[in-house]
Amino acid sequence: MTTLLLIEQILNGLQFGVMLFLMAAGLTLIFGVMGLINLAHGSLYMVGAFAAAAVAEATGSFLLALIASLIAAAAAGAIIELVVIRRLYDRDHLDQVLATFALILIFSEGTRWLFGSFPLFLDIPDALAGPVILPGGIQYPAYRLLIIAIGLLIAFGLFQLIARTRIGIQIRAGESDREMIAALGVDISRLYTIVFALGAALAGLAGALVGAIQSVQVGMGEPVLILAFVVIVIGGIGSIKGALVGALLVGLTDTLGGVLLPGFFGTFMEPSAATAVGSSLASMSIYILMAGVLLFKPTGLYGGA
Amino acid sequence: MSREAMINTVLFLMLPVTAVSALLLDEPFIITLTTKVAILALAGVGLNIALGLGGLVSLGHAAFFGIGGYAMGILAYHAQTFTPLMEAPFLIEGTKSMPVIWLVAVLAGALAALAIGALSLRTSGVYFIMITLAFGQMLYYFAISWPAYGGEDGLSVYVRNGFPGLNTLDPIQFFALSFVILAMALLFAGRLAAAPFGLALSAARQNAERVETVGLSPYRLRLLAFVISGAITALAGALFADLNRFVSPTMLSWHMSGEIMIFVILGGVGRLFGPVAGAALFILLEHVLGGLSDFWHVYLGILLLLVVLFARGGMIGSLAGRQVAHD
Repeated sequence: MTTLLLIEQILNGLQFGVMLFLMAAGLTLIFGVMGLINLAHGSLYMVGAFAAAAVAEATGSFLLALIASLIAAAAAGAIIELVVIRRLYDRDHLDQVLATFALILIFSEGTRWLFGSFPLFLDIPDALAGPVILPGGIQYPAYRLLIIAIGLLIAFGLFQLIARTRIGIQIRAGESDREMIAALGVDISRLYTIVFALGAALAGLAGALVGAIQSVQVGMGEPVLILAFVVIVIGGIGSIKGALVGALLVGLTDTLGGVLLPGFFGTFMEPSAATAVGSSLASMSIYILMAGVLLFKPTGLYGGA
Repeated sequence: MSREAMINTVLFLMLPVTAVSALLLDEPFIITLTTKVAILALAGVGLNIALGLGGLVSLGHAAFFGIGGYAMGILAYHAQTFTPLMEAPFLIEGTKSMPVIWLVAVLAGALAALAIGALSLRTSGVYFIMITLAFGQMLYYFAISWPAYGGEDGLSVYVRNGFPGLNTLDPIQFFALSFVILAMALLFAGRLAAAPFGLALSAARQNAERVETVGLSPYRLRLLAFVISGAITALAGALFADLNRFVSPTMLSWHMSGEIMIFVILGGVGRLFGPVAGAALFILLEHVLGGLSDFWHVYLGILLLLVVLFARGGMIGSLAGRQVAHD
């Protein structure tokens, strides 16, 4: 394996990682502030991707498509928060799991109803379609670089939002003591809706950005949702920093495992067996990573208590 | 006889009555549907031991269901191709005998539950939900990427496995077999809930600290419950695969975990016969709504949402009143 290929795969891993971060950040915020486990987060990812594909189809503008994904996912998030989720805050986790699982069924089948079962395609804008040449002569798709940049920018923005703004203070206060900040006059139900919509918007944006590389189809959010769970279990639930570190770890492990493991087994096994063992182990690698982290830190790398 | 006991009796008798009526009316498809209800209810009975009794919200029970399915698939595959499963260090051959397959399925399910439970039970609450989900998904991707047993396409078994003295290809006989196993599992689960172990487990759900203070280990109680639960669900998986004569990674997917959980919830959590009611209602809905619209999952979702938000106790809870038998 050449160094060039390795660097390319590391960039792919980073790109995957920052997308996972967008999903995991919303999940971890929603859990941290409201104590809610939201399985329907993957549906919001799907809503963003479908909104982007529909708007791109109608207007031809990728930028408008991204904006549409943010608005549609945030709106869908705000609506389900107001109608369903808000009744679940003081329920146990079982009820939350079931109700949000029910939302997945409704969203998935509803989307299939509206858009049909065939995948939609979202094209990368022409300006970003080609490769760029990085220092060292590495050719890498411009669009994927843009995703990495957007992801890191949003991570930075989110840290600033949490650390420096009024709403960020309220979010942090909500994480440590809900009743107290309600008693201090913060409109807690409005705060909850805002946090939920913010998480939804991040998921929707991730869906639209990834939708342009893969296809936009019903159920696209679920594998990502489960990976995002792995991310926040590794990072520690409620911690944005943990979500970032976990997301990059998972992104890199998944991508590099798929590339390196078959080659590694190929050094001492016959090729067909090496591919089989290597690819099966690669598909399990992130879960093994998660199990390893849990053995040493049951509450995740940055989890409290 | 309390109202719940009456409902339970009706529910329990409903299955054989439906199957026998279908036999008399010559409707083998209905018998197969009833068999499916019995088998899915068995999976629910398994989950209910962890969920209802132990309070362990496992979103990864499809792992055990699928392991049971693959235990059947792999053994039968080797028997039908006449290839040994393993030659060294000692010879293991495939088999088409149900009792052997069940034994293997139960052991494999118990072992997997021991491994997954030992890790997952180190955590609790949301972590537990996410981790069981993640481990289930790990097995799902493993099954897809492991090419030896069909990978994504799954494994077909041409002839249903045999049980001594029965013709399992006859729908009513296979139904009877599945029903007897369900009845035995219900009896076992009922006894378990009333036994010292079940009481200690319930106590650990309600107040773990007190249980610890009396000298019992909640971790060990929960782990044992998780293992029993996984073993029963694996048995259901082996039967389910035999019903379809087919096993694929779909049995391991997290939608399956969600569905098993839906059986338990629709029927009523922690109620002994909850899974029977839930599985029957699910299959009925699938059949009736699925005939009306291709998008019946929307209605299922709305119904589930309503049950969770407004009818907490599920079907049996709504019919029998608030008193919960196992609390």
